[in-house]
Amino acid sequence: MAVSTPRRTVHDTLAGLERGRRRKLKERAFATVLFTLTAVAILVLALLVVDIVLDGFTRINVDFLTRYASRTAENTGIRAGLTGTLSLMVLTALVAFPVGVGAAIYLEEFAPDNRFTRLMEANISNLAGVPSVVYGLLGVAVFVYALNLGRSLLAGALTLALLILPVIIVAGRESIRAVPLAIRDGGLALGATPWQVSYRQILPSALPGMLTGTILALSRAIGETAPILVVGAVFSRRADNEPWYFMEAFAALPVQIYNFVSRPQEGFKIDAASAGILVLMAVLLIMNSAAIVARNRFSRRY
Amino acid sequence: MHSEPQTSAAGMPAAAAGPELPSQPLSLAGRTRRGERVILGLLWLCAAVSIFTTVGIVLVLFVDASDFFRDVSIWKFFTDTAWRPFGGVEQGRFGVLPLVNGTLLVTAIAMMVAVPLGLGSAIYLSEYAAPRARRVLKPVLELLAGVPTVVLGYFALTFMTPVLRAIFGTSTVQIFNAASAGIVMGIMIVPTIASLSEDALSAVPQGLRESAYGLGGTKRQVAIRVVTPAALSGIVAAVILGMGRAIGETMIVAIAAGNLPKLTANPFDQIQTMTAYIVQAVGGEAARGSLTYESIFAVGALLFLMTFALNVLAQRFVRRYREVY
Repeated sequence: MAVSTPRRTVHDTLAGLERGRRRKLKERAFATVLFTLTAVAILVLALLVVDIVLDGFTRINVDFLTRYASRTAENTGIRAGLTGTLSLMVLTALVAFPVGVGAAIYLEEFAPDNRFTRLMEANISNLAGVPSVVYGLLGVAVFVYALNLGRSLLAGALTLALLILPVIIVAGRESIRAVPLAIRDGGLALGATPWQVSYRQILPSALPGMLTGTILALSRAIGETAPILVVGAVFSRRADNEPWYFMEAFAALPVQIYNFVSRPQEGFKIDAASAGILVLMAVLLIMNSAAIVARNRFSRRY
Repeated sequence: MHSEPQTSAAGMPAAAAGPELPSQPLSLAGRTRRGERVILGLLWLCAAVSIFTTVGIVLVLFVDASDFFRDVSIWKFFTDTAWRPFGGVEQGRFGVLPLVNGTLLVTAIAMMVAVPLGLGSAIYLSEYAAPRARRVLKPVLELLAGVPTVVLGYFALTFMTPVLRAIFGTSTVQIFNAASAGIVMGIMIVPTIASLSEDALSAVPQGLRESAYGLGGTKRQVAIRVVTPAALSGIVAAVILGMGRAIGETMIVAIAAGNLPKLTANPFDQIQTMTAYIVQAVGGEAARGSLTYESIFAVGALLFLMTFALNVLAQRFVRRYREVY
């Protein structure tokens, strides 16, 4: 059966071709715009890194790392901030990791399906949206004044621990959920109690995921400035912080950077600040690499 | 979770031949589990810490804020147009509007940057990018979310501000201004909006795309007229969450936007946001119990209410897009 095609004039054909061409152009323009929008954010990130490296690279040296803050920009250093940040990291991890893992195990393995459990879950996702500066206010009122810890290292670490707890709990729950059901059932069938199964079977299998989540959460805590600034980190301390002297006043690297940036002299505002930022970014990079190693090295496949 | 160990023993047919069954069913209850009760209690306590945190935040903010409102009326707080909190009850002015104005101005600038960039990236990653490009671009984009905000503040003050001043002139653009803080904050929020929107776009069923292609739609038409509307509630949730982050962001504005509470719509003016005020006043070591100290909590309470409302709203939208498919 022959199908008769409608007759097309030369004019129609040309117009159709033109329409098609215009359409193709529009398609391509749209794709280009989308790609450009994606690239802008990434380019700004690259710009930021380049800018900071150019500003701070020449200012970094051993003296900058090992000296305390000084009144002159050439002699200032970040020793107090660096030791403060590392001490904060240790104490925060000591508090947040056990509590976060405990909460994750409870919510995944033991929590009854009732209204209170659902309230806890909704609450955890809401806490993630609370601005970090508000945690600082909580820290001042509860840890500094009500519990009378003063503006101490411990008060700062506890505040940061509360801040990252939701992140650790969520990561912990996800890695528990990734443990196959068969392991749980097998343990119970052999007569282990629920806690024995949780502690000896599920926890070891879920630990790499939990560690990764915790290290990432800690790297967020280390970069946080507002909450510890509010709790009362000091700008220029002339002593080291050590985790076991947790009732002392404390400095922190991001707070010191904030202090540098806020000064009018270029030596502080540009040179010292960007050098401090480079050190902070290096610490974060090391932590993120550690998180990746933890995940790849210890993760089990089922 | 607790299984009943006695059922296996008691449920055995009594007529079965073989070894004699114990007359009493075996019970493990109470023998090895007393310690586990304690452990369970401890685990519950760990989970409850999050509840204590929320209760603590609400109590702390509203108790201290209520002390503040004993001296300054709520009406004045919301209608007075000046914020000069360091002079005590007589000399001070406690109108929060300039701070709210600063926060909203910076947030608006941030959203003008973040919404097109975030949405564009989301559509590109979900509809256009080849799998390989996506595997590279997505983590790189998410790196942005890991940059400490104090670093972004440095970038705003020492890079973005000079650029703006070079373009618009040093007489129009002040050294501290809302625009540079807002632009950098917008960049900060891009990953939030992009990754949540991309989740929503990817959740749109493939069948919807294919039927649109079947009807002769081009890639662009499918992306704009079919996929994006289908994912709209997820996208709206992403934008609202991004807005919440912008309102609560502290260090960028504390460094780059200035400390001058002001009712203005000029993006090149120095302003002060609610969060920047909190940092400034705390840095000034406001004595505990003073009106300035209490005012920090009043501003904090308002900030908490704003972000909380946005969170709840976003969750409502997220639930809606999860329900559709």
